[in-house]
Amino acid sequence: MPVNPNAKLVENLFAPDIKQEPTRAGYGEGLKRLGETHPNVVALCADLTGSTMTKKFADAYPNRFIQVGVAEQNLVTVASGMAAAGKIPYIASYTMFCPGRAWEQVRTTICYNDQPVKIAGAHAGVSVGPDGATHQAIEDMAIMRVIPNMQVFAACDAIENRKVTMAIADTGKPAFFRFQREKTPVFTTEETPFEIGKAQVYWEGDGVAIVACGPLVYNALLAARDLEAEGISCMVINNASIKPMDEDVVIAAAKKCGAVVTVEEHQVMGGMGSRVAEILAQQCPVPMEFVGVHDRFGESGEPNQLIEHFGMGVGSIKEAVKSVLARKK
Amino acid sequence: MQHLDDEKIKFLESTAQQIREDIIAMLLAAGSGHTAGPLGMVDVFTALYFHILRHDSANPQWEDRDRLILSNGHICPVLYATMARAGYFAPDELKTLRKFGSRLQGHPHRMMLAGLETSSGPLGCGTSQAVGMAIAARMDKKKWQVYALLGDGELDAGNNWEAFMLAGKLKLDNLTILIDRNNIQIDGMTEDIMPMEPIRAKFEAFNWHVIDINGHDFYDIINGFAMAKGIYEKPVCIISHNIPGKGIESIEFDFAWHGMPPKDAAQADDFLNQLRTLKGKIKSEHE
Ligand SMILES: Cc1ncc(C[n+]2csc(CCOP(=O)(O)OP(=O)(O)O)c2C)c(N)n1
Ligand SMILES: [Mg+2]
Repeated sequence: MPVNPNAKLVENLFAPDIKQEPTRAGYGEGLKRLGETHPNVVALCADLTGSTMTKKFADAYPNRFIQVGVAEQNLVTVASGMAAAGKIPYIASYTMFCPGRAWEQVRTTICYNDQPVKIAGAHAGVSVGPDGATHQAIEDMAIMRVIPNMQVFAACDAIENRKVTMAIADTGKPAFFRFQREKTPVFTTEETPFEIGKAQVYWEGDGVAIVACGPLVYNALLAARDLEAEGISCMVINNASIKPMDEDVVIAAAKKCGAVVTVEEHQVMGGMGSRVAEILAQQCPVPMEFVGVHDRFGESGEPNQLIEHFGMGVGSIKEAVKSVLARKK
Repeated sequence: MQHLDDEKIKFLESTAQQIREDIIAMLLAAGSGHTAGPLGMVDVFTALYFHILRHDSANPQWEDRDRLILSNGHICPVLYATMARAGYFAPDELKTLRKFGSRLQGHPHRMMLAGLETSSGPLGCGTSQAVGMAIAARMDKKKWQVYALLGDGELDAGNNWEAFMLAGKLKLDNLTILIDRNNIQIDGMTEDIMPMEPIRAKFEAFNWHVIDINGHDFYDIINGFAMAKGIYEKPVCIISHNIPGKGIESIEFDFAWHGMPPKDAAQADDFLNQLRTLKGKIKSEHE
């Protein structure tokens, strides 16, 4: 099995009973741990303390937690002010509302001022499920990565999201990181590398490079395993650092495989895959396919049903691999 | 507005009872969704759709209809159930709430269901849209009224206050908003999360006329809206004092029920039993 041994993924990678945990749990845990080591870390929330998992920090450090009510524009701008006065604010809401609602405030008061505010975007993607399109953020990576100074991350499981939460504390930069509501497989370990600006090869191959982010990395691995049985060799890259993106790994993958499929729970316009395309168009143009949402709104349904419906299931990834292979010279 | 007598009140009460039962059944079938807010607003919705609003379920696009904006979209189970009972669609469809392919999206989607004036869910935007409609109606000398329904936690959102200022400035007397004053939001009681009182004084300072009502008394609800229609030169804010979870004594006033459905069929049965038997204290005729 071509799992990259350096990725230190779990032993039972494809076991049906692999441990499942929502990525948001990693935020709750990471933030609480930061509370212990970083006295200047503070947390703010807009009436979603439980579901964003901010509660762990709020309970442990009530004097360093501010409840702003249902007021995301105020959330963002107050955090900017606290950062200007020496704090490292972590602010949380549903991604749709923050940064969704507060984009210009994020741009001017956080990024233009280059304040180290950390925006935790919970309930990202269509996998939010029954709440429907109003609550399913699928444009957030696009609107955040276009702002100068902003860093953007999308972790693949709860452990990696905890690492993201903690790694951005000391950058001195603004950051946005998105994560999901539903339980998803925990397939990385404590030893799995995560580094800002680095992509990680999880599965080795040379036919098609699948560059994925978020919990869909697991679907990409399932697709690579199935395709291997069909005689198609794939490389799977966890591209959690959307900005800065690891150009070296992306270019090397395109050179080695000669074809790329990107996978994200996001609009394909402007998202992670678009950034990969920007890099490759300049440095190493190869045929590409984009797995993600194609210019549509989400809708109500069960999380997995929606992942399938919007073409992000394992089957859709396999199809994308085959169609990009057909175009490969 | 139609004449209100004891017989009509009885009809409204039994319709409200039906809608409460619908809501429990819908939420159980959906397996997710909001319980407290919808149950607390049943009487207001019943009064609106069965007495106050000028509307025609057979012709949802009727040009002269009153416009009703649901700003706090998460309480849509009560909107859907009331619309079904008012003839917009068959009550059978209610059990598709939140399911894939349903017109009854988890938060209302205007493009899916005739009779919805706007899509909502993200809080704080309904009043501004209602203000826009009221301005347009005034420009075109239309007689229809604009109503917007808001949550009290929703008042935290600044967008509301921008709209309140504009409505006051423009003296939009064809606009009435109703605040679901149930004192809860997600993280707790509104006065703990973000104190809102004195709400009346805030609106009066913004040049609104304010009416307090008991949101579970049909005379009070209907008189409140009748009075609102008679106010000239000012927009009107009705503060509807509501009990979250109203009708199911075991969950009333508990903010934990903001966004939880009944956990299983047994709990839903218990809720229905509480509804049908005067808080469960007398035996149900259905038993
Ligand atoms: C802009 C925005 N931020 C956050 C949310 C999440 N949210 C949904 S309902 C709610 C609480 C609103 O309180 P209230 O209006 O009083 O509703 P109630 O609990 O009484 O039903 C919040 C924060 C949202 N829907 N929209
Ligand atoms: Mg409330």
